[in-house]
Amino acid sequence: MNKDVVIKCDSVSKIFYSSDKGFDVVKNIDLTVFKNEFLVLFGPGQCGKTTLLNIIAGLDMPTSGKVYVNNKEVIGPGPERGVVYQSISLFPWLTTMGNVEFGIKAAGVGKKERRKRAQYYIDLVGLQGFENTYPIKLSGGMKQRVGIARAYCIEPVVMLMDEPFGALDAQTRYLMQKELEIIWGREKRTVVFVTNNIEEALFLADRIVVLNNCPTSIRQEYVIDMPRPREYTGEKFLYLRKEITGNMDKTL
Amino acid sequence: MSKNENKGPKKKSKKYILISIASVFLFLFIWWLYTDVFKAVPANALPSPIKVISTFFIKFVETKPEGATMLQHIFSSLQTTLTGYAIGVAVGVPLGICMGWFDKFDMFVRPIFDLLRPIPGIAWIPVMIVFFGIGLMSKAMVIFMTALIACVVNSYSGTKQTLNVHLWVGRTFGASNLEMLFRIAIPSAMPLILTGLRVALAASWSALVAAELLASNRGLGFMIQQCRVIGRPDVIIAGMITIGGVGALLTYLLKLLEKLLLKGRKNI
Repeated sequence: MNKDVVIKCDSVSKIFYSSDKGFDVVKNIDLTVFKNEFLVLFGPGQCGKTTLLNIIAGLDMPTSGKVYVNNKEVIGPGPERGVVYQSISLFPWLTTMGNVEFGIKAAGVGKKERRKRAQYYIDLVGLQGFENTYPIKLSGGMKQRVGIARAYCIEPVVMLMDEPFGALDAQTRYLMQKELEIIWGREKRTVVFVTNNIEEALFLADRIVVLNNCPTSIRQEYVIDMPRPREYTGEKFLYLRKEITGNMDKTL
Repeated sequence: MSKNENKGPKKKSKKYILISIASVFLFLFIWWLYTDVFKAVPANALPSPIKVISTFFIKFVETKPEGATMLQHIFSSLQTTLTGYAIGVAVGVPLGICMGWFDKFDMFVRPIFDLLRPIPGIAWIPVMIVFFGIGLMSKAMVIFMTALIACVVNSYSGTKQTLNVHLWVGRTFGASNLEMLFRIAIPSAMPLILTGLRVALAASWSALVAAELLASNRGLGFMIQQCRVIGRPDVIIAGMITIGGVGALLTYLLKLLEKLLLKGRKNI
């Protein structure tokens, strides 16, 4: 694997303050993500993972520590980092096309070029024929395809995905995992993918970082070097599944 | 707004229309029994529905007894309402959006607005008559105040309800604050802004009639007030029906606008 460092988190901590005391949400995260690597942040519970992702995205500032993307310190959001959110992030007043081209429209790309690029990514996620459909008419899986196309369309260096399939039913979830692997295989990006689903983590990851719950800190790392596409019932898959699940933070 | 609209094809809505028509006819029938058949009340207190309906049509050509035809009254009332309403919307919607989006502006405007908000529109009638006399202007200003409040409140809430995740998307795409306002917050607020327009229009129309009852020389409110003085309950009721009908029509027109502007949203 190419070992160019794309994302570097340098002892990142985040404390949320309520009226009298502070809560550690993210604690001392040291993390390096390499070029075109598919990194999965795997951990239980609701606490901290989204915050960590938002810090990398630049939407949230760490209380201490620093994040670098391509050797530049992150001080705010930027178009080199695309984000895919859990479920309700599509703009309901825009069609598929409108949603996908939203980012490059904000970046001032002309209409003709915009349409061409948006169409390319709509085709990539398999939504040709739904360009003029509003999100309310799309299924959960299709909505997430739009979300992925929208993040891809600004052609970011890094894709940050925050439990993108968390709201989908089990069948659609498997399908979308396979789709995402194919998409990622065709359009390689550095991906940071947050999930609490071990199968999803094992199916997609080059490397899994297991997180502790509350505050979020790194528990252990696993490099997953199984060949792709992986079988959910492969021998090594099941072995790793058992091993990682056994090593999870059980405190909820 | 009914949820069944999505599920039920035409059959269902046809059934509903029949039920609705039945209720109207039943109401008219009981009214007719009460007045024409049993003569339970004197005709100069409650005229029969047949009399009211015939008066209603006659009023379209007849200026008697109070001096103008129905259409002239409707036109006068609409002119006043729409003038005040248009100014109220033009001021209220941007004001509400700005209060929802710019925190400091909100802090600046809010004390005054919170004082004005509980004052009902018709409470402005006396002061407006003092300022502007009994012409179009005083009533238009009463309606302006009425429409303004509904527009501000709804546009404000709509803007405030913009989802954080939508703002995050905007920020990761590098949208400026103004771009976020125009391309995320205002579209997010659109359903409530339009609700505000509808509430404001209904409130304006009722405020107008109240204003006309007190101070005017033409308009639907004026007509029913005059006919009370000269004892023509048939014209009063015909006038009330017209007020209801025009109000419903205005609401319906705004509903159409809503459908047009809210493509892809729920519950339309």
